[in-house]
Parts: sequence; structure tokens; C-alpha cells
Amino acid sequence: MTYLAKPKFHHPSLPKNAIGFTRRDYEASTSTLCAGCGHDSISAAIIEACFELAIEPHRVAKISGIGCSSKTPDYFLGASHGFNSVHGRMPSVLTGANLANRDLIYLGVSGDGDSASIGLGQFAHSMRRGVNMTYIVENNGVYGLTKGQFSATADRGSKSKKGVVNTDNAIDLVAMALQLGASFVARSFSGDKGQLVPIIKAAIEHGGAALIDVISPCIAFNNHPGSTKSLDYVRAHNEAVNRLDVLLGREPITVDYAPGEVVSVTQHDGSVLRLRKLNDDYDPRDRLAAMDFLQQQAAEGQIVTGLLFIDPDAEDLHANLNTVRAPLNQLGDAALCPGSAALDKINASLR
Amino acid sequence: MPLAAVNDFVIRFANVNGSGSASANEMFARAIMRMGVPVAPRNVFPSNIQGLPTWYEIRVTEAGHLGARGGTDLMVAMNPQTFAADVQSIEPDGYLVYDSTRAIPPGSLRADINVIGLPLTAMCNAEYSDPRQRQLFKNIICVGALSALLDMDFAELEKLIGEQYQGKDKLIAPNVHALHLGRDHALKNFACPIGLRLKRSDKVGNRILLEGNAAAALGAVYGGATVCAWYPITPSSSLAEGFARYCKRFRHDPDTGAARYAIVQAEDEIASIGMVIGAAWNGARAFTATSGPGISLMQEFLGFAYFAEIPAVVFDVQRAGPSTGMPTRTQQCDLINTAYASHGDTKHVLLLPEDPAEAFDFGAAAFDVADRLQTPVFVMLDLDIGMNHRLCRPLAWDDNRRYDRGKVLSAEDLEKARDFGRYMDVDGDAIGYRTYPGTHPAKGSFFTRGTSHDARARYSEAGATYVEGMQRLLRKLETAKNILPPPLRINAPAATRYGVIYYGSTAPAMTEASEILGRAGHSLDLMRVRAFPFHQDVANFIADHDAVFVVEQNRDAQLRSLIVNELNIDPVRLVPILHYDGTSITARFISGAIGGWLDTLKVTPLRKAVS
Repeated sequence: MTYLAKPKFHHPSLPKNAIGFTRRDYEASTSTLCAGCGHDSISAAIIEACFELAIEPHRVAKISGIGCSSKTPDYFLGASHGFNSVHGRMPSVLTGANLANRDLIYLGVSGDGDSASIGLGQFAHSMRRGVNMTYIVENNGVYGLTKGQFSATADRGSKSKKGVVNTDNAIDLVAMALQLGASFVARSFSGDKGQLVPIIKAAIEHGGAALIDVISPCIAFNNHPGSTKSLDYVRAHNEAVNRLDVLLGREPITVDYAPGEVVSVTQHDGSVLRLRKLNDDYDPRDRLAAMDFLQQQAAEGQIVTGLLFIDPDAEDLHANLNTVRAPLNQLGDAALCPGSAALDKINASLR
Repeated sequence: MPLAAVNDFVIRFANVNGSGSASANEMFARAIMRMGVPVAPRNVFPSNIQGLPTWYEIRVTEAGHLGARGGTDLMVAMNPQTFAADVQSIEPDGYLVYDSTRAIPPGSLRADINVIGLPLTAMCNAEYSDPRQRQLFKNIICVGALSALLDMDFAELEKLIGEQYQGKDKLIAPNVHALHLGRDHALKNFACPIGLRLKRSDKVGNRILLEGNAAAALGAVYGGATVCAWYPITPSSSLAEGFARYCKRFRHDPDTGAARYAIVQAEDEIASIGMVIGAAWNGARAFTATSGPGISLMQEFLGFAYFAEIPAVVFDVQRAGPSTGMPTRTQQCDLINTAYASHGDTKHVLLLPEDPAEAFDFGAAAFDVADRLQTPVFVMLDLDIGMNHRLCRPLAWDDNRRYDRGKVLSAEDLEKARDFGRYMDVDGDAIGYRTYPGTHPAKGSFFTRGTSHDARARYSEAGATYVEGMQRLLRKLETAKNILPPPLRINAPAATRYGVIYYGSTAPAMTEASEILGRAGHSLDLMRVRAFPFHQDVANFIADHDAVFVVEQNRDAQLRSLIVNELNIDPVRLVPILHYDGTSITARFISGAIGGWLDTLKVTPLRKAVS
């Protein structure tokens, strides 16, 4: 972290995106996390993704739970409304917010304690409802704010900083999301911005429940030998299945790909995802094969990263509920109140 | 002498649940109402789907006493399992109607009651071959027989059958036939009518008969609620289901058929209130419906909404606690758990409706109050109001009324505003201005948090900042006192030193009890409290009397505790009158308890004694 606030003014030649915003317009308060924290890299990736997508920051609602990860919405998109809710309950708050206004972009930020322990139920149910959101889990396998207890994503056999060996089995949020019907499932690594930024962009463009499980090493409590969430361990066991380019409809395709190497997926909003295959056998449109592949790799101790599953035609909760196109929070009295004549009829039927 | 009464008696149907008796019984009650005679029906049912005993009680009351009376004048005993106890509960000289197809066990009858045996099973078996038909028509045949025994207007029953099966016309004739079977049998075999009789009257007026949960749900529709998140729990489920039903009728875009509402059956009560808070934060009117156990689960979020100042509406249909308690029995036992919900110093707004009509009014008003005060608002129903049909004034809506969305800044407002801080007390009423997410590209965004924050919603652990915020929240509740429904006071005809405070479903029993007590020479001033925090009138009322009875339906005198606590009243001056066995409170109970207290205290003034 830095204790020096950045000056407000900036150089006029800073690059601008399609709506004339610089990266600085997507920044916010100075982080209060530990120097070198993986979470700060994720915040930077979110800023980069929103900048590249040329999103108006005020059209994003950023919602989190409690924990180190859940503090981060204060450190990006300062012009967005933020909601730091209660522990493990970000998904319900986000679901309600989404129901109220379907036109905003919902960015849920959570951690492994928040989503896999206290909030496992809400995590699961928001996935199965298909809430249109980008759900980022900043996963370090440890409770940082309370100083180093294991979380539910810590691998069995991994060692805490104090030398305690974890005997509980790990919860794999990616596997759960696949089973629960999430229509966009990815895993990435806070140390690989080149992989993470396009994944976040694709998730934001996605029209359903999108989970990104980001392994984000905890510098203070979980970066030692014996940890399976340390920087070194993740680098050594990272098995990326693809690299992603996100092309918005208006961008010309400038990169040439050799035939057979690329899977091209067009999402509902017209954005094109180009996946450069790193593993020849991996097809991210096949949910069952993805689940199978992930289980096999996990058994071998590998951490599979990349865009693991996508259903480009996903529908969301609003489609399931058949709600009106206009945001519910903008409907006026006339659209909502049946009026006295209707009430008189009801009265008559109750006599 | 067999009991004799016209338009003033209690009938109780003892049934097995799942036997289809409910609709026949309700039709019977409605037919009496159509004769212009007020009725007060009540369900007494178990927490079970099929096979356990249920009772349906109808108090026929020309005088319009809608509280439970206690006692049974005519028992329709159709449940062998409870037969003996049901017979025992009949008033002396009362009546027993039973299915005489099978002989009753010797010794289970009483000499001091009048027994009317109807061979219902035998009649059904002779008439119908399908087992389900035999079961369902048995109820209808019984109602037909009662119509003769009680001298009921038979045309009203026939008319109700026609209305009930409108659109399924081929069911009308067989049902009317079943009614006739019962009626003809009674006329042939008994001297009809018996001592208990119905006589056409004009005491119903334009009143309607509906359940509090349905009325509250309709209130939510009229109040502009667009998001409902709920988790099934007795006795509140029919509120959320009622909302779904009315939305289906009133809230679909006529052109596209799309819904102007969203209902989510959440995974638990925590998620329900979380969704409500998320939706309300984002500018939709949102509510949940629950009961005591759900309120317990919601505590953390309720404290969050209090501290971060987010409107939320919670309908609490109270049932007997603690723990799972008696899920299908009524109580007013969640007052303290809602008034002070969550850890830390919190205080919440409660609305206390007395009947379905007020549940509709408060159900709609709750959304205005929540938006205006930017805080959770509880509408406190109970099983007695929520799940029973109650005769009440017609529901009314003023078409000129507009929703009060409270202090919300639009993009134009933000352009004009010199400054914005979410929690700044600009107007001196302790309520800040808020913005919905997505309103303005550069102005009005803020960070909502449950951590301590300053007037600009920034994190702060500075003691002075924290205290300032907590004091403002207290001041906000002072603002609340003047926008909440005020208490209603009814003074006795003559001056009295004694008063009564009561609320919610106690109202009809209390009104009747004060009449009984008045006839016994005890006059009482009445005050019905309708909201928390309390209006100044409540303190004034107590100050006006030497002693005030606080009548409520819980063990620990929760309203009394709130009054003592919030108004700094000497507890000695508030006499608790408590009914909490899970049954509806009765005028007999209240008048007995208050009367007994006043009798023991009745000291003849000295100057009277010596004169």
C-alpha cells in the first residue's frame, strides 16, 4: 500500500477510452491493504477492465460482504455507488439491487471466508437463480483480518503460517458454480493480469451469473512453504486452458489466429470472445466435460485457470421472472397502483 | 331448558384437517353475514397437513362483538379423536350435532346437553360412490342440515354455491343437491328450528369479510411494492402468496404481459431481508413477510439497515414463541424483538394494525414511512388477524394520493445542489438525502456501510463522529413520532381514574370487555396504541390516570416494558393483563382480570362511608 495519495491533476496526454475517460477516472480511495496484497492487483484489473470496456463508472453498483476482499470496492470506481454489506450476504443484497434496476452493472466482490464459509448458502443460491452479475471471489484460503485462520477453500494438507495442518477438505467454488448452473465460470490468478483483465471484461459483458474465482495470495498470512495458495505454489501449478481476447462489436479484428487454435464465442450483447486454446482437448462450452477435467486436474494438484465454462445464450433472473423492460425502481404510481375502482370491486367480492 | 338465542351464539365445527371442511364452513359463515348478521369466524388448526384435529369457530353476534367469546353453544363434532373433549366443552343446555352413523361410545354424552344425530356417513354412502365425493359432500350435507336447524335463509346458501363454482357450472347442481339432502333430513327428523336461531338483520352494512394477510398483501400492492423476497413460514406465507395473486391480477403490462414486480422465494429469512435491503437501497419498494423465527434470523441485517439508513418493510405475522413455539397459535410476542432488533443500540418503527382493514392501510403506508424515514418499518400482524376472516370496514384508497418516496435526489437536483453528503442533516429533521445508484455521472455517489461513518458516508472511528451519528438516529425517531398513526383514545362517559392501553388483535375483545365492565360499574378510558416509537399522547394518557391496565398477548408484558422504558413511567402504575395460551384473547378474560383487580381495590371513599 502507499500512504501517499495520488495528486488529483494528471497529465493531459494520459490515454483516454471511447467515452473520453482516463484510467484515473476509474480509481478511488487509496488501498489500506498490506503492501503486495493480491487483492490490490485484482482491484487494478477491475479498473483496467472497466477502462477498456469504456463503462461509465456510475452505471456500476459494487457490492461486497465483510473481510479484506470486501474492503476493496472502496479502492476502485470511486464514482460508483458501493455497498459493503454484512458477512457472507453480498449475494442477497446484490440480487435485490439487481431486481430493482436491471440496467446497471452489478459487481459482487467477496472472499473465500465470505463466500465459502459463512456465505456458502447465498453463494449457491445466487448462482442457481442466474442473477446477472460479475461475482469475483478473491480467494486466498485464509482469514486475514482475524490473523491467519484457515478458510473453507484451504486445501486439505496445506499448512498455516503457525504450522497447523488443515485436515478439512476444501470447498471448490468453481466446481460448485458449474454444478449449480452458473453460465460463466472462470478461475484466474491475481499475479496474471494479462489473463485476469479479459476474463473480467468478458464476465461484465456476460448476461447471466458469472463467477470468477481469483487465487489471490495473502502476503501476510498465507505465502509460506506448505501453503497451496502462495505465489510460488500457484505459479508452479497454474494450468491455464486458454487465453482470452474480448472483442466488442465495434472493434475491428486485428489479430490473426491460426485456424483450429481459436474458439470464437459471441455473447448476447454482441461481444465476441476469442479463446486461444492452450489445451487442445478443452471446450469451454461443454459443462460436463469441464467438470470432469477440473476434477481430474485437481486430483493431480493442478490449479486450472482460464475461462472454464460459458453459455453465451444464458438468460438471467429477470428473464425467468418475466419482469418489464423498464427498471422496477423507475415505475411510477400509475403503473403500480390499481386505484380505487379496482378496490371497490374487491370489496364487493368480499361481502 | 335448551339454550335459546337469536343471532347471538357460538358454533364450533370439530374436524380433521385435510377433509375439505374449511370451504364448507367458510360458506356457512358467509351465508350468515349475507343475512345481515355479523360473524366472527376463527380457524384453530394444527401445524400439520392432514389428519390432525382442527376447529372452525363462528361467533354469531348481532351486537358486532368480533373478538373470540369463549365457550361453545353448538358443537358440530365430526372428529372421533376429539369427540369426548369436544362434548365436554359445550355450554350447559347447549347442542351437540354429530354423525350418528356409528354408535357413540357409552358414557361420552352428557345429560345437560341437547343431542342431534345426523347419519351423515350413511347418507353419503347411499348417495355417492366416489370416496372423495363422500368426504366433500358430507360437509355440504351438514351445512344443509344446520340451515334448517338454525332457520337460516337457504337462498343465501344456494347463491353462494353458484358464486363459488362460477365457471365450473357442472359442480353447482350436485352441491345444491347435497345442501337439500341435509336440509330435508333435518326438517323431517327434528323440530326445526332449535333454540339457537338466525334472523335476518341489518347490522353488517357495507362491511367486508377478509383475512389480514390478504389485506396486508393488497396494501403492499397499493403501496407500490415491486420486490418481495420471502421464505415460507406459518402464519405469514399466505401474505406473500396473496401478494403474488394480486400482482398477477393488477401488475402485468397489458401490452407485453411482463411483470411490474419481482417475487423471489429466498433460501432463508437472512437472504429475504438481504434482498429487500438491496432492492430498497436501489430505489425499489421492497418487503418481506415472516414470523418470529424469521425475525430472529434477520437481526444482523436489520441493524445494518438501521445504521446505514435503508428503507425496508417487514410484515411480522406473530405466532406463539419462544423457539418454534406453537406455530399455529396466536400471540403478540415479537414486540421487543422487533422494536430493538439487532446488536448495539437500535430502535425500529412498528405499526400495529387491529384488523384487516388497518392491515391494508398500514401495509400501504409502511412504504411511505420507510422511504420518508429511511429505516426498516415493521407491520405487526398476528395469526388471529392474519389467518382469520374478519368483518371490517371496506378497504379505501384515495386516487389523489401519491407515493412519498422521501428525500431522493435526481440528476437535476444534484446538478443544482451545492454539496452532497449522504448523512448530512440539512433540514433539521435528522433525515439525510439519498441518491439511487446510477443517477449522475459525477455527483451523488456514496459508499453504504455498516461500519461507523461520517456525514459523507466515509469510514470513521472518531468517537465524536460516531456519537453525532447515533444521536441523529435518535432524533430521527422523534421525527417519526409525528408521522406515524397516532394512538386512538376513547374516554368513558364519566370521568375515571383508570385507563387501558391495548393494541392489535386485542381490540375487538377489549371493546366488548369495556362494555361488560361498564355494566358492572367499572368505567375505563381506552387507548389503542398504533405505532412505536410512542406518540406523546401515550404519556399524557398515563399521566391522566392513577393506574393503567396494559392488555396484551404475551407472558412478559412486552408493550408495558416498552412504555416503561421509552416513556420513563413508574412500572407500578401500569398493571399487566396478559393472555398468552395461544388462543385468541376474549372479552370474558379481560373483563374478568380487570374486574377482579378493580373489585379488590374498590375502597369506598371515606366521606361516602361515614355519610
